[in-house]
Amino acid sequence: MIVYILLIMMIIGAIAAIEMKDLISSVIVVGAVGLALSIVFLVLKAPDLAITQLVVEILCLIILIRATLKKDLPFSTTGRWFFNTTVAVVFAVTFLILGFFCLHELPHFGYPVMKVAKFYLDAGLSRTGAANLVASIILDFRAYDTLGEATVLFTAVVGVMAVMRKRGRKKVDEEIGEND
Amino acid sequence: MLIYFLCLILFAIGLYGILRKRNIIKIIIGILIAEYAVNLFFVLAGYRQEGRSPIFSPDQDILNMVDPLPQAIVLTSIVIGLAVTALIVGIAIRIYEKYGTFDVTKINRLRG
Repeated sequence: MIVYILLIMMIIGAIAAIEMKDLISSVIVVGAVGLALSIVFLVLKAPDLAITQLVVEILCLIILIRATLKKDLPFSTTGRWFFNTTVAVVFAVTFLILGFFCLHELPHFGYPVMKVAKFYLDAGLSRTGAANLVASIILDFRAYDTLGEATVLFTAVVGVMAVMRKRGRKKVDEEIGEND
Repeated sequence: MLIYFLCLILFAIGLYGILRKRNIIKIIIGILIAEYAVNLFFVLAGYRQEGRSPIFSPDQDILNMVDPLPQAIVLTSIVIGLAVTALIVGIAIRIYEKYGTFDVTKINRLRG
């Protein structure tokens, strides 16, 4: 029951974050949505995810506030306002209707299939020696996923460093020409 | 079934933000919301009624645990999401320095 209440709160927060005119306010509202998601993870019996989501959410908030600080924009409604809104809403509603029909194929909420997870539950402790099954999966059974995750992190850090660099390296004669 | 649909509504709101908004920060917020919805959907699909968290303890009842596999995958996905967000925000800050605006319709000088 508490999951439904938190989800409805997240939906209201998401609408507020999308539609709010002030940029910093919408960034802070999306932070509130992420913290609600952390509580939902805790209620759904995923404590590792709750901790990670909390840390990641705070980092995201800091990065986004750094981007929006002192850079507010007046909201402009010029252009094809009606056409753009209609196309976006029609696309989202079509997606929702198709998704509603697809959801009937899923197993009911609270009764997962657990075909693969049965092996992990049976053999997790004896094969890896880790009491926490999530840790045993990400660090032992599916360690290649974690390797790929580390690769993506490294690539993202290199990309941020390349993008945020102030200016490129210059040749010696070029610098002399600038001083003159 | 209703809870899956609420999760889908959250994703649709993020999709609307990505498609409709012209401010880059609003588009990033839409991407974040869609990402939250997908992560939540994975964890919801692995939830088990009256289950407990997948951590062994001496008084265990192994048939009654939630599915640990979606949780492990979502743990990877959350960290990758942070990296992707940092990269997008870096590009957005760079665009602001170069063009002086966050409006995507005014960024039309795609020269080198």
